Amino acid sequence: MLGLLGPSGSGKTTLLRIIAGLDFPDRGRVLFGGDDATGLPVQQRAVGFVFQHYALFKHMSVADNIAYGLNARKRSERPGKAEIRKRVGDLLDLIKLSGFADRYPSQLSGGQRQRIALARALAVEPRVLLLDEPFGALDAQVRKDLRRWLREIHDRTGQTTIFVTHDQDEALELSDRVAVLDKGRLEQVGTPDEVQDRPASATVLKFLGDSVEFEAIVEGERVLVDGRPTPAVAPRGVIGPARLYVRPWQLQFVDPAEAHLSGTVRASHRSQGRQRVEVERPDGRLVVVEDFDGDRYAAGRPVGLRINGGYVFA
Amino acid sequence: MVATPPRRFHFRRPSVIPGFGLTFGYALTCLSLVVLLPLAALVARASGLGLSGIWDVARDPRVASALRLSFGVSLLAALTASVFGFVVAWVLTRYDFPGRRIVDAAVDLPFALPTAVAGIALASLYAPNGLVGAQLAKVGIQAAYTPIGIFIAMVFIGLPFAVRTVQPLIAEIDKEVEEASATLGAKRLLTLTRVVLPPLIPAVLTGFALAFARGVGEYGSIIFIAGNLPFVSEIAPLLIVIKLSEFDYAGAAAIATIMLGISFLTLLVINLIQAWSRRRFGYV
Repeated sequence: MLGLLGPSGSGKTTLLRIIAGLDFPDRGRVLFGGDDATGLPVQQRAVGFVFQHYALFKHMSVADNIAYGLNARKRSERPGKAEIRKRVGDLLDLIKLSGFADRYPSQLSGGQRQRIALARALAVEPRVLLLDEPFGALDAQVRKDLRRWLREIHDRTGQTTIFVTHDQDEALELSDRVAVLDKGRLEQVGTPDEVQDRPASATVLKFLGDSVEFEAIVEGERVLVDGRPTPAVAPRGVIGPARLYVRPWQLQFVDPAEAHLSGTVRASHRSQGRQRVEVERPDGRLVVVEDFDGDRYAAGRPVGLRINGGYVFA
Repeated sequence: MVATPPRRFHFRRPSVIPGFGLTFGYALTCLSLVVLLPLAALVARASGLGLSGIWDVARDPRVASALRLSFGVSLLAALTASVFGFVVAWVLTRYDFPGRRIVDAAVDLPFALPTAVAGIALASLYAPNGLVGAQLAKVGIQAAYTPIGIFIAMVFIGLPFAVRTVQPLIAEIDKEVEEASATLGAKRLLTLTRVVLPPLIPAVLTGFALAFARGVGEYGSIIFIAGNLPFVSEIAPLLIVIKLSEFDYAGAAAIATIMLGISFLTLLVINLIQAWSRRRFGYV
């Protein structure tokens, strides 16, 4: 299961559509398990595509929607009526909408439509299942449930799946591998751990979550901020002035004497057992720090911060 | 299906827009003055003859053949206009070509043109010595002064209705739905017949009904091209005018009432089919 991750306009959906055969590349080829599919029309690519807004056939019942791909086959390859009915029943069980065969899409909720769209795509037993922002139009709770459910289905069927998302959490939670795109370029492909621990570029790093940027100097093995050494490690080949990106949880409140930087608390708020504190540095820039939900940080209080890690780029 | 609790009928539902009483009253008044009152007067006039009198008028061979001609050709013309109009609407919304906007505007011309002008233009084109008529004459078809001429005029008059009713719906078709059909392996023809067309049927029916109604009522453009031979190419509206000029007001009213009845029944049937297909295709 591969997640295509990137900011809007980075070309995720275009790439997905090229794989499906709905858009055409200027250069390059599309390979399915070694077979060149670049010249194949959509109909013959055997992909299952789930559209962002589901694109269900409004005038057909749920069962007819799911059976559509099977009914569309040539007579010689089409399964019998009973067989189709059985397959539709199995898929409805899979998506846990068994009693819904005779409903119409307009009578379903967003999450239910999403699942019907998935069942419709799975019915043709595609070589690749392509999902375009599968949870984009759903509210947060439904989204979480569906995410877990999609992963379950994937684990059960082993279906090769590529999905597009702009939500880092979604990509990191669902995928076996993540591909990060930016401005039409593939920045990095790797497991969720790899892209988080060893981001290939500052773009990848910034897109995967909040970070604070520092000007640093690399001297040999050491990465200095304001003349003080930090535990961050510079990649090979980076010498002299560099940029250090620090995640909010890699900053720690310490006594101003041993701090890399100091400032005053501007605001703080609690969320899910953690505190996010905005600290204003003397030059006016804001730094966001994440700390456990312990001491209260009142606005105006002077604090010192130590850098406990970070990622260095030239 | 989940049973919805029976809802009590509310004459007026709360709404953010004020003025229900005023608009409802105004609408009813206008409708009564402009539509219902004249129709009532017509029926009242014809009822002077009594049911048997109206039946006698309907059985008059000349009247019967005119009615058959009017409704038969209208149906055919509306059918043709629907198919043709659908294609025109499709091309106009789906494809971009130089002059598209001009063609789009030209579709409305039959609405705006005085019908007599259209009739004369069509007559001169399709007359045996006209531009098109001469070609048709070579293959042995005489268009002008026959029911074929009436048919052509009715298609011309009905076309804008057929185009304008389906056009907005074609524009609204979600391209993704077609793509979904393609990814599921459906050939283009199947996508068209199973996915694209069914939701458009109600609109096509509306266009058909309007074109039909217009065809039945059309007078100006037809009398020039029809030749108006009794029993061959004489339409019912013309017969009404003839009766009027003979001061046979009751006879004219009787034919009009018969036309009204048939039209009403036809439109009712079309509306029922439409309501059925709307339900069938899951529109709320």
